[in-house]
Amino acid sequence: MRRLARFELIVAFRFMRDGLMQTLLIVLGVGLGGGVIIFLSAILAGLQSNVVNRTLNFQAPIVILPPDQVARPLRGGPQGGIAAQVQPRSQQLRSIDQWQKVRDQVTRTPGVTATTPVASGPGFALRGEANKAVSITGIEPETYFSVIALPEKIIAGGVDIGPLDIVIGKELAADLGVETGDKIRLATARGADSTLTVAGIFDFGNKAVNERNVYISLRSAQSLLDLAGGVSAIEVKVDDPFAAETIAQTLRARTDLQVDSWIRTNEQFFTAMAAQIMTNRLIRVFVGLTVALGIASVLVVSVIQKSKEIGILRAMGTSREQIQRVFLIQGAFMGLAGAILGSLLAYGFLLLWRSVARNPDGTLMFVIEMQPSLFVIAAVGSALVGTLAAMAPARRAARLDPVVAIRS
Amino acid sequence: MSDKPVETLRLTGVHKSYAIGTPVEVEVLHGIDLVITRGEFAALIGPSGSGKSTLLNVIGLLDQPTRGRVYIEGRDATALGDAELTRLRGRALGFVFQHHYLLSEFTALENVMMPILASRGRPDDEMRETAAALLDRVGLTRWANNKANRISGGQQQRVAIARALAMQPVLVLADEPTGNLDTQSADTVFDMLREINESSGTTFLIVTHDPRLAQRCDRIVELVDGRIVSDRPNAEVVRRG
Repeated sequence: MRRLARFELIVAFRFMRDGLMQTLLIVLGVGLGGGVIIFLSAILAGLQSNVVNRTLNFQAPIVILPPDQVARPLRGGPQGGIAAQVQPRSQQLRSIDQWQKVRDQVTRTPGVTATTPVASGPGFALRGEANKAVSITGIEPETYFSVIALPEKIIAGGVDIGPLDIVIGKELAADLGVETGDKIRLATARGADSTLTVAGIFDFGNKAVNERNVYISLRSAQSLLDLAGGVSAIEVKVDDPFAAETIAQTLRARTDLQVDSWIRTNEQFFTAMAAQIMTNRLIRVFVGLTVALGIASVLVVSVIQKSKEIGILRAMGTSREQIQRVFLIQGAFMGLAGAILGSLLAYGFLLLWRSVARNPDGTLMFVIEMQPSLFVIAAVGSALVGTLAAMAPARRAARLDPVVAIRS
Repeated sequence: MSDKPVETLRLTGVHKSYAIGTPVEVEVLHGIDLVITRGEFAALIGPSGSGKSTLLNVIGLLDQPTRGRVYIEGRDATALGDAELTRLRGRALGFVFQHHYLLSEFTALENVMMPILASRGRPDDEMRETAAALLDRVGLTRWANNKANRISGGQQQRVAIARALAMQPVLVLADEPTGNLDTQSADTVFDMLREINESSGTTFLIVTHDPRLAQRCDRIVELVDGRIVSDRPNAEVVRRG
């Protein structure tokens, strides 16, 4: 007997050791259940954070745009007629009215951590025979980089964007056959054009973005896109990306402008994610229930098997509370031991997953973060489930009448 | 030495009824009055169904009387709550049953330590020494570290006796303590109870339906149909079986 252990602990562990096969089987069962939960949660969290990171790499959580232009039907003209049919009007590239004022207002909104004005529009990147459609983004580097971490994505050159510099994506550079220091011509459909030097090449890990996005200075973009002094959007960074839509709603109400959150623009992804989270929760609930029922059934059998011993312990002066704790400890231990086994299994599954789930080029499909908190939550949760499951058998054991137990 | 015997147990007007489906009640004990003084070695005899075990359960505070009072060393046990009753039982009473009911997961020594451990909470050297001394007294030092289910029936019952003595109880209640044993083991176990009584003055109340064993007790209380029909000192105690 261990000197530091209490009476209840000593008896609980001896009872479990006595029914070793039962104990091992239930711990294995809890372990498998726990392992599946941890593994699924880690995969889901990995998938989610991976997509979120990739999306927010090149997309601001909130983008503020000028309101859509609408055609107003002409009423009460000289003939007093009303237009029966109104065509939706085409949208021009326009500046946000009084954008500096809007930006200041947005910056003061709670939850907003950074804002940056951009002038963006369509254009063409030309070099020799090559001609590529691109999306021009005119940026103010000092503020833009606090919203989009472009400098971290640079694979060649730098992000020192002067009036005659341009930063382009890896794919576009390959398509045009340029390297840093080379010159390309940027033109718009209006006929404006400008020759710029490639100052840097970025890689956002997304082919479409690498092909289409080009970054130039705000002033150059304003003159190319005919937005003198104006900006076409204000990009906003928030402290919690998942609160973006709530903040966007506040901004919509305050500014009367069009405010898009990344949650809205990636609605399909979020719907899929929500479905997966719901499925994972359901699995957790059912695995939790199965674990609880398993532990409870083992302990119910144990109470019946040990009823005579419980009776004699009670006759010897052991209190009901002590007997109850003997069984609660067993439940908690089975849950905890199962969770530790489950954590090991999940760790093994994840290592296996890492070696199997790879892209054809050998890189990881996505990074799964094995957060220690997940294992801690699983262990605590499982011990709790075990204790709760042990409650009914423990109470039954504590209520055993020593006379009946001994005589039965 | 004081001349006045000290009361270990006093029962006054103890009735015990069981409900066997309302409103039918069966009364098993009909007003038992009994006093047992310190150091006695008494037998409780009677035919099957006479209420011996029920009476023993009431005396052992395992069951409450329907009416009447039970005093252990002058303390009214019928006035106590469940927790206090459990404590009093653990401290003042020792039990030896027909079956040993040892905890098979524990060694002989640990089984003897168990009542002290339950009362103190954590194991210590003192309780280990007490248990070892008790095992020595019942002649089982060699088997101290054997699992309880790895020793013979007679030895198991001797461990149960040592366990009953662990808390130095004022009264040991033995319910057919030799009922499961062969004659030789039964004699050994009975001699042991007797020896403990004589050497340390522990009070014993032994339920038995074996007249041979009853003849070896100092006092014989006979119960028939829930009533004490005779309570006499045994003038010619047979000391050896």
